[in-house]
Amino acid sequence: MSSDYDYSDDEDAFYDDDEDMISTGSAPSDDDMDMEFADDFKVPQHSPRKAYEIEHESLSQQAVEKLSAADVDHISSIFGVDDSTASLLLRHMNWNKERLIEKYMDNASSVSVAAGVSTPSRASPSVTGPAPIRSSGSRRRTTRQTPVPKAEPWVCPICFDDSQTSFLSLSCDHSFCAGCWTAYITSKIREEGEHAIRCMAEGCALVASDSFIVSTLAKYGEDGDGRTQERFQELLVRHFVGANPHLKYCPYPSCTYTVSCPSASSRSSLTTMVPTVSCGANHKFCFGCSVDSDHRPVICSVAKMWLKKCRDDSETANWIKSNTKECSKCQSTIEKNGGCNHMTCKKCKYEFCWVCMGPWSEHGTAWYSCNRYDEKAGVDARDAQSRSRASLERYLHYYNRWANHEQSAKLSVEMYNKTEKKMEEMQITSSLTWIEVQFMKRAVEEAERCRATLKWTYAMAFYLDKGNEKELFEDNQR
Amino acid sequence: MTSISSRRLRKELSEIQTEGCPTGITLLNADNFETWYFSIEILGESLYQGEVFKLMFRFDSSYPISAPAVQFVVNQESTAPVHPHVYSNGHICASILGTEWSPVLSVSAVCVTLQSMLASCKSKERPVDNDRYVRYAPDNPKKTRFHYDDDTV
Repeated sequence: MSSDYDYSDDEDAFYDDDEDMISTGSAPSDDDMDMEFADDFKVPQHSPRKAYEIEHESLSQQAVEKLSAADVDHISSIFGVDDSTASLLLRHMNWNKERLIEKYMDNASSVSVAAGVSTPSRASPSVTGPAPIRSSGSRRRTTRQTPVPKAEPWVCPICFDDSQTSFLSLSCDHSFCAGCWTAYITSKIREEGEHAIRCMAEGCALVASDSFIVSTLAKYGEDGDGRTQERFQELLVRHFVGANPHLKYCPYPSCTYTVSCPSASSRSSLTTMVPTVSCGANHKFCFGCSVDSDHRPVICSVAKMWLKKCRDDSETANWIKSNTKECSKCQSTIEKNGGCNHMTCKKCKYEFCWVCMGPWSEHGTAWYSCNRYDEKAGVDARDAQSRSRASLERYLHYYNRWANHEQSAKLSVEMYNKTEKKMEEMQITSSLTWIEVQFMKRAVEEAERCRATLKWTYAMAFYLDKGNEKELFEDNQR
Repeated sequence: MTSISSRRLRKELSEIQTEGCPTGITLLNADNFETWYFSIEILGESLYQGEVFKLMFRFDSSYPISAPAVQFVVNQESTAPVHPHVYSNGHICASILGTEWSPVLSVSAVCVTLQSMLASCKSKERPVDNDRYVRYAPDNPKKTRFHYDDDTV
């Protein structure tokens, strides 16, 4: 049960810990929560997942590291290479294990060279074995921190310092002093956010292994607090998460949780569901898009379409509606900014009367006043116009309601603050405890959630086809 | 300026002073460890015969881990060479000054590379987007993300 424990129920937030202990095993029987919900907030709601909820799991950075380590283990056991090499190969292939295995089996040396694991010249003999290990001696690239004894005083080609005693190199044998390596690695990680750090030599494509980076930083790193290493781990995790379609970083600032949502990993799945998920810190967001944190009931693409329409249309539409009419022949929008009622459409040259919208030919000599009473042509013309007006009006109907909710959502922050004050007051004036007044906060949160859903139902209704289902929908909406 | 960059520059400078610059390149000014000037000319057969250009190197504390800012000096006395990779404000689009920079490279290595870039030029023309780039170019060419698309020139 603990693996698909559902964090999305915000109500659980305060009881996470004990609930886990209480409900293990007995949880599935707890499906009458809807009734308990209203009258007793303390009952842990451990219901089976509701139909609209999406199975997802929040992962901490460590958990993601574990996941990637499992992939690395898998590859290293298949290829018979060490973990660092396997990690480099996987990163090169964007963590696509299947493709890596296929390509590696096909041509191990070219993959190793492309991944920066081995150098082209000596790639062929060594890649069948553990690629990065030098065949000539006991010095493995990953462990070559030890000062390499040199007969003549060795000058680091980067800092030109001949007093340096410790030199490091990857398996390409381009050695540089430890200080330069550290400065280089630190700058690559900290300034450029780069996890694939190439050898410093010109034109050398070898990439430093994780263990080389970690041990170099640990031994010679100057910052002492391990922040560079931390950042490096974070970069690796980010790369892993970015390469996995079923993983997503929580978009909230400085949140380190990752959410795994396998069922929403493909684009096509987003047409049938709204993957509203929340991370371990209770940040709610949509796994499929960045439009809104919770845009149920409309799917991501519709929500996006709606927002786009709103941005394009709403203000302009309002103005157009109040200031223009449409040519009853070609429907182009016309603003009358002076002159008599005899209008000639600039686009289709249709001549009509601004007052009745009927053709001018029927007006005879009554240039300045329209005295005709609804003759057929005039009615038709107004009909066509009103149809297009109606579509605009229909849109504005939904838009205004949607925008109202959007606006109130912004105002509800204030409401939230007020509630907190009220809660404090209640504790003082009545005998209620802190836990017992939590219901107010919950009520506000629930109201906010309802508002968000209600808001998006207007976008949904706008795009629904006319019919019984839509009527039902709008009845429910009321 | 941290010790590593000034130590490195001191070494490079003393090497230049004792062994001299590569042919066609002369050190004009290296009074500090922030900005150096060189003159550069292309010897032998080339489109730039008889022309002398002035190069400016700007170093920050991260040199040689990150590349120096290198550009041709454009003022009353000198201009930038007309070359498909050199903008009229003196900025140079060369991969070794950006993504392909390696800490092993040095000031004289950059000079030699630029020399050969000019020497192998087959037609004197400005980059296609010269006007647009120059209008919005940052003062420091390192702030530009060049797109290195042509390895032949």
